[in-house]
Order: sequence, then structure tokens, then C-alpha cells
Amino acid sequence: MFLFDSVKTFGSYLILMKRVITPPQRWRIFFRQMMHEVYQLGVNSIPIVLLISFFIGAVICIQMKLNIESPWMPKFVVGYATREILLLEFSSSIMCLILAGKVGSNITSEIGTMRVTQQIDALEIMGVNSANFLILPKISALMAIIPILVVFSMAAGVGGAFAIGKFTGIMTAQDLIVGLQYEFNQWYIWCSIIKAIAFAFIITSVASFYGYNVKGGSIEVGKASTNAVVSCSALILFSDMVLTQLLMQ
Amino acid sequence: MIEISSIHKRFEDQEVLKGITATFENGKTNLIIGKSGAGKTVLLKCIVGLEIPEEGTITYDGRDIIHMHKKEAAKMRQEIGMLFQNAALFDSMSVLENVMFPLDMFSSMTYNERIKRARACLERVNLIEAQDKSPEELSGGMQKRAAIARAIALGPKYLFCDEPNSGLDPQTSLIIDELIHGITEEYNITTIVNTHDMNSVMNIGDHILFLANGELSWEGNNKEILNTDNKTLNEFLFSSEILRQVKEQALHSK
Repeated sequence: MFLFDSVKTFGSYLILMKRVITPPQRWRIFFRQMMHEVYQLGVNSIPIVLLISFFIGAVICIQMKLNIESPWMPKFVVGYATREILLLEFSSSIMCLILAGKVGSNITSEIGTMRVTQQIDALEIMGVNSANFLILPKISALMAIIPILVVFSMAAGVGGAFAIGKFTGIMTAQDLIVGLQYEFNQWYIWCSIIKAIAFAFIITSVASFYGYNVKGGSIEVGKASTNAVVSCSALILFSDMVLTQLLMQ
Repeated sequence: MIEISSIHKRFEDQEVLKGITATFENGKTNLIIGKSGAGKTVLLKCIVGLEIPEEGTITYDGRDIIHMHKKEAAKMRQEIGMLFQNAALFDSMSVLENVMFPLDMFSSMTYNERIKRARACLERVNLIEAQDKSPEELSGGMQKRAAIARAIALGPKYLFCDEPNSGLDPQTSLIIDELIHGITEEYNITTIVNTHDMNSVMNIGDHILFLANGELSWEGNNKEILNTDNKTLNEFLFSSEILRQVKEQALHSK
């Protein structure tokens, strides 16, 4: 039964995506909507991304210092490990898990409310492809702005590591810089961005799917938001595993 | 003119519409009345195209909308205006932007022409002073008027209203009714109103369909409805003693 329901849900998702991924009816309105979504979904998320990344960068630095400090280990290892964690996992996967909570629930409740108040029916009656009109700008906007969020997250994380080193004196800036630069591989940044773009698609499309298919009232909108965040998180973790395997081979 | 023929609609085991046939002429306000659960909303959704009936045909001036190609159907939808029960204005837009929306999407007018047309529609519904407000700042009646302005922005041939007076006081209901009736005659459009408001039936019912248990139980106009001997319709219309007395007085005064 669970398998049947999952296949049915996936089929409905694909049918919706077929309606979403078509050329917009009016490009001018599409770009206007997309700019609005870039602001709503992306720019409004910058403070939380910076805040979380800064503190996580600091905490990773402290943990590394406490747990791997040994006379046998070079001092720059702390900076090196901090950089690798931030670049490879935190700034893409963990940051997108956080965004799934913030952006995903926002999208589901917005579209779900439009559904239960018949605004989507109103669009359909007018002859507007409501799925394309409402969902495509959100997908495009988050996919376009997520690389910037990833880079901001990386910078804030490194900034956090520096700050904790400077203010607590657990390590020198010189050691941290050496560690951050040690065997730097630019591809890791691209990997992180590619993964984040894929996760952005998952967050926006899955959250929109749950919102678009709400039936009932405000309670159902709330349930759909919760389901959307859970599904987005599970799919991000699963696709993280697949993408990491593909990109890091 | 909209013609429906032998419309059947079923939800799982329940047959909601049982072979309804009717003709809705243009320039007339056509009302669909009936108890809750009689199938009014489902019939209206079928006519508009939000639900597909299992059997039967629906034609708009001879064009079969059930078997129409998707592109043609999307184009034809621009000839339709709809007023929803809760107005369904877009929250993220101002009143003026709501009215401009169909023009933005489907007209080839310039920006100034679109603004001019949207303002003319708002003036027609006496709502020009609220053009910059957002929908949640408006009262229920004002929201309905804004939705009517949006519905007529593209100059539709067909206007559908789903319980336009629900949640409104009698005076405001009268304003909405007169607006719908006036627009119908002014633009010579085919209007179908789904209602169970008795004031609407008496005031603007040029053509009335009474549905009971998914069947067409009675058809006529607001003059004939007072003299009907249809028991189910009389029970529905004149359910209270006061209304029965009003009916008697109306018949005596004739």
C-alpha cells in the first residue's frame, strides 16, 4: 500500500512538472515574478544563511581543535578539516536542509492558501496555466540565487572559524590560513554549487507540489507544509548521497 | 448562448448530476437554485470546465467545450469571466493590479491602455477609490465588486457567478445582484448565477433552473415561480410562514 501510494504520488508529481516546465505565457510577467521570488526566497534568506554558517564555522573549528589536536598532527589540520567540512557538506547539503524548512514551508503554505481560497481556480478559469505561472518562477529563482547563498555560506563559515580563533586564542590566524589553503581543490566549490542547484530544484518543486494539491482548509495547508519539509529533507539527503558519489569519483 | 444536454456527473458511487438539459440565453441572467447538495456547484463547475461530466455535451455558441483542443479551450477561456464565492482576488496584488491581471496576460494593449481599461472597470462597479488597496483591506461586498471588475476586464461573452451573495447583508446583496444584472444586459452576455438567495431569485431571475437531487425539477422565470405547483420548489422557496404569507399577498395584489 505504501509503495503504491508512493508511486502514485511520484506520478502526480511528474504530471505537475510536465505542466510547470513549459514556456511561460508572458515572458515579461514571468521575469517580473522571478525577480520577486529571487527577493522573497533568496535575498530574504541571506541573514539566516550568514548567521547559521558563521556559528557552525566557529563550532566546527572548536570541535576540530578539541578532538584532533595531537603532537603528531600538524597545527594547520584544524583549518584544513574545517574548510573541507564547510565546502563539501555544510554549505550545500546542510544549508539546503535549513532552507527546506524556511523556504519549503513558505512555498507550500503560499500555494496551498491560494488553492483553498480558489485563487488557483480563478487563474485556470482565465486560461492561465496556473502550475507554470506559480511554480516555474519559484524554481528558476531559487536555482539562480542558490550559488550566491552557497558562496556566502562558505565565506561566513570561514569567517566564523577565524573569529573564534582570534577571540578565544585557540589557534593562530597563520595556522588557520595555512590549513584553509592546504591542497585546495577548486572543484569542491563547484561540486557544492552543483549539489545546491539540484537541492534548490527539489525544495521548490516538491514544496510547490504539496501546496498545489492541498484539498480542504487551513489544517490541510499546515499538514501539507509539514509533509513538504519532511519530503524535501529526505530527498535532499538521498540525492546528496547520489550526487556526492557521482561528483567526487 | 450556452446549451447543456444530458449532463451526468458521478463522484465514486454517488451520482450528483442525473441528465440535466438546459439552454442559457445571452442577455439574460440565468439562475441555478436548489438546496445545499442539490448539485448546483458541480453543474456550474461542469459548465465552466473545472469538472468534466461523464456523459452529455456543453456548447458555447455551438462550440463543444468538452472535446475541444487544449489550446482552443485556453483561448476560449478568455471569453469567460467568473465571480467566485469568496471573490478569489490575488492577495499579493492591489485591487487595480487584480483587475489589470487578465489584461496583462492576454491583451496586446499598452500599459497606459491597460490602466485606463482597468480603471473603467473599477468605475463601472463604483470602486475606483479603492484601486490602490489590497484585497484584505476591503469589505466582503467590495471584494465581490472588485472580482466583478476583474471578470469583465477582457469584455467576456460569458459570466459565471458562484453564490455571489454569500456572506453579504441584504442591501449589499442587492447592489451585487443589480450589478450582475446590469452588466449582463449592457454587454449582452450569457450569465449563469448559482445562488440560494431568494432576493436574487425575485429580483434578477430572468431564467431559473431549480435542481433537486441532481435532477432538473423546475424551469421558468421570476414571474412564474410564484404560481408554481412544484411541491419541492414551494417547500424550498417558501419554507417559513412569513414567506408563505408574502407569497399569498403578492398573488392577491395581482
